[in-house]
Amino acid sequence: MASVLVNIPKKMKKGEIFEIKSLISHVMETGFRPGTNGRIIPRNIIEHFTCTYNGVEIFRMTLSPAIAANPFIVFSTVATESGAIVLKWTGDEGFAAEETAMIVVE
Amino acid sequence: MTTRRTFLAGAAAITLLPLASAYATPEALQAAIKEIVGGAKLNEGRVTIDLPPLVENGNTVPLTISVESPMTEADHIKAIHVFNEKNPQPHVFNAWLGPRAGKAVVATRIKLGDTQKIVAIAETSDGAFWTARADVIVTIAACIEDIN
Repeated sequence: MASVLVNIPKKMKKGEIFEIKSLISHVMETGFRPGTNGRIIPRNIIEHFTCTYNGVEIFRMTLSPAIAANPFIVFSTVATESGAIVLKWTGDEGFAAEETAMIVVE
Repeated sequence: MTTRRTFLAGAAAITLLPLASAYATPEALQAAIKEIVGGAKLNEGRVTIDLPPLVENGNTVPLTISVESPMTEADHIKAIHVFNEKNPQPHVFNAWLGPRAGKAVVATRIKLGDTQKIVAIAETSDGAFWTARADVIVTIAACIEDIN
């Protein structure tokens, strides 16, 4: 299981904008590099990233081999209601990871 | 019959072909941009690329794209696309956001294979495209070291 870090504020006032910072451990092997045996190491990257806020998709991203290892993604959203922010990563070789962060909106 | 001229032309084609397929070229960049933009006009401005001008290590380069927009239901940024000129592929990332984002800012860390240009394109909710370019000098490129 990949280790994941998600950073969001615990409490926000309604209507305020906050940042969602996410970091996931992944090699993001480009598929262009030769290994020690001279053969190209097959591509192994995270291809898709989505974020839902209480079930509604608020952010989606497709990644390429040009994203650095251990993808760090920062984006923002408006605090609308208390609930769950779910982040999902999927990629090559059946990679899938999911993380949930809770937020309280006053 | 193989004359000196045809032989040289053939040899040149053979040496050029693998180079063309191994690296994204300014033409590949243009093609990738066209895939997103289509025939629409690209306007300069509104997009800000925050990228260090001189990068020591191309393996992790912080990149922030911000776009001026009120981010309301009627007028918001729908998508942000980032391309490069000289990595093996022209794509960096495509991000889709909406009025719920509050502000049109996306940050990540990227790999850079060479000293090159980064192009960011933002698509607004009314279908207009805004773009910005940034130059970056890379002293140690990504993807050159072997895995031991």
